[in-house]
Amino acid sequence: MSGKTTGYFLRRSLCPCNLLGPLHMRRISANASRRCSSSEPTKQGNSVKRSQFIPAAESKHDWVGPPHRLSNLRPIIYHIPENETELEKQLRTLRQETEDWNHAFWTNQNITFNKEKDAFVLSQLKEKGLTERDEKGRKRALNSEEMAVFYKHFLDENCIRHANYNKDWYRRNFTITLLMGRVAFHSVWRTLAERRGWKKGGPTT
Amino acid sequence: MRHPKCACTVCLTGSDSHAQTRSKWRLATCEEDIREPALCYKNMYKSTCSRLTGLVGVSVNQKLFGRNAIRNHKSARSLIQMSRRDPSQWIHHLNFLKRQYVMRSNNALYQRAKPKQTAILTVLEDHRDDGMDSQIRQVPTIDHVPMVTDVTPQPETTTTNMTATPVSSPVSTVAALAVLKPPSSKTVSPPQTKAVSNAAESGTEMLEVPHVQVESDEAREARLERQWKELKVDLAELPDVYAKLSKIKLTALVVWTAAAGFAMAPVPFDPATFFLASLGTGLASCTANSINQYFEVPFDSNMNRTKNRPLVRGQISPLHAVGFALVCGVPGITLLTLAVNPLTGALGALNIFLYTCCYTPLKRLSIINTWVGAVVGAIPPIMGWTAATGALDPGALLLGGFLYCWQFPHFNALSWNLREDYSRGGYRMMSVTHPGMCKRVALRHSLGLIGLSALGPVLDVTTWTFPLVSLPINLYISYLAFRFYQKGDRSSARKLFFCSLWHLPMLLLLALTCKKSRNDKEGVAKTSSLAPAPLPLSVQN
Repeated sequence: MSGKTTGYFLRRSLCPCNLLGPLHMRRISANASRRCSSSEPTKQGNSVKRSQFIPAAESKHDWVGPPHRLSNLRPIIYHIPENETELEKQLRTLRQETEDWNHAFWTNQNITFNKEKDAFVLSQLKEKGLTERDEKGRKRALNSEEMAVFYKHFLDENCIRHANYNKDWYRRNFTITLLMGRVAFHSVWRTLAERRGWKKGGPTT
Repeated sequence: MRHPKCACTVCLTGSDSHAQTRSKWRLATCEEDIREPALCYKNMYKSTCSRLTGLVGVSVNQKLFGRNAIRNHKSARSLIQMSRRDPSQWIHHLNFLKRQYVMRSNNALYQRAKPKQTAILTVLEDHRDDGMDSQIRQVPTIDHVPMVTDVTPQPETTTTNMTATPVSSPVSTVAALAVLKPPSSKTVSPPQTKAVSNAAESGTEMLEVPHVQVESDEAREARLERQWKELKVDLAELPDVYAKLSKIKLTALVVWTAAAGFAMAPVPFDPATFFLASLGTGLASCTANSINQYFEVPFDSNMNRTKNRPLVRGQISPLHAVGFALVCGVPGITLLTLAVNPLTGALGALNIFLYTCCYTPLKRLSIINTWVGAVVGAIPPIMGWTAATGALDPGALLLGGFLYCWQFPHFNALSWNLREDYSRGGYRMMSVTHPGMCKRVALRHSLGLIGLSALGPVLDVTTWTFPLVSLPINLYISYLAFRFYQKGDRSSARKLFFCSLWHLPMLLLLALTCKKSRNDKEGVAKTSSLAPAPLPLSVQN
């Protein structure tokens, strides 16, 4: 790492987890989780335009869309059945909320990454004495070794935030899957019960 | 056979019947043929005018217009036939693909080479999507359109344009392989036709830039609307979905290493146990891979290598994936425990746990994940050995050691070229956080392979010829690892990675051929009366 790049990163804040070994990560994240989450950069999730797609009225399934331009996540439009049970409603709201939360995180992550990357490239080019665009008007890029310095820095800077996101995501994923299991079980049970009831009432009609 | 409308001598079916008169066939050049392309694939490779790009551009043309669907299929089949019959040509083709892939990355000035051979089909499809996006966005800058395409989009403007674009388009092979996979390109082909008409319109209205911009926004919206899919299980797609979910190619490699472990064990070969052990290992691997994908949905969405996985695309629900994992895992481990032996079952369960609950979360927390992953890779051959002998012999650990050491040059080289994606996705890999260590570890473990090969005869697993015959390939991979250590650039990483792909099967094959026969060992035991020869402590099952 050249002196110039070191200088660039010293001007920015150092992540404390740089100084500690990997095994201390969980302890730090546990202690610092609240502090970290309060100092997270502003989220842009809900302000980003979402697709205006409306599925056909007679469709009885959820619809999944193309990956979002910024978060790369695919939005899902959940189908609301007529006789939706409490459990199903809980599942649907949890899934929608998790989707929005995920979308916000990744949009923020990708935007921040690209912005910081551009700033880094610009600063490096400036220190080399080069302009942003070359004679043909194309943007100059650094080679992969120079970029590697930035990648490392980005990871180190965001390690706690990533660890927290990870924890939250696993928890949500488990909860959603358990709920889905319960909903599936209940619907199968209901179908079987209805069939049994129909069989009992069948011969008389 | 001549074309009905013009006099060009072209092969219209791509079948083998023209093999004898190969010299007569040449690339179609007349206008009629450009609209209804007809090429003999065999000829493309043998003729002096080996215009591969032209071939592919034309086959994409076929796909775009949706006509000659049967001919497409036949052409695809003949391509596959050709590849099967001529492996050297296939290797040439693969090298060509590799080069194209590099050129594409360099063209886009966005360092994203992904040299993983097994993932070429899906990865190239990814780039098709990217190319589509960049093409749509660049429509206003008309002069860039012919350069950026990976789908030749202006066939109806001029015929000269058509012959020009095959020459200039660098990634036309991408489209060829995409043609070979019709199911997954379903969602992409409608956008293509829209892009085609879009580009055609822009071609005719070159001076009216604002009008073109409005068109492209609307076209983009329409294209995005069309990509909404109903989330219901499509039975026809299900086998393909399950194959992707279980990472079938990786599973096949894992089963192969377990089978090699079984075959290397110094006991009589039992086909029934062999089959059951392989099946059980395969099922366990399917489970582990499914759970891994279930955990990693948002991360996979953001990485180019993995964004076409079934859970990311919403082809099945998370519950379905977990159900599939259970359906594979429970019978798999039960099979191993009851039908093979409890030790193998325990190892299988341990491996699933290590992969899903240790390696997967650790990928985002610490670089230790690579070492855990190496252990995960080392366990299948040990499972194969214990399935045969029922005990954890030094020989089993030696085979596990081969896999363990091999993982480092393999994975470190792969991850070297994915640093940007790993950084953005928040994965803590050695290649990003400790690049020096990454290169050192790869070199160290490549050299370790030489040492382990020498242990083969010492532990009575192989004869003394094994270290000698494996020395060339071990030296070669160590040499590439040394170059990677010295230079640390994309090309040396890519070379090391591709070498590791063939190095492991070759090493295991050599070990199998040099396996120490049991007759040798029994003979040694009889001749030395005082000190018994070091026979492996095994219980004959």
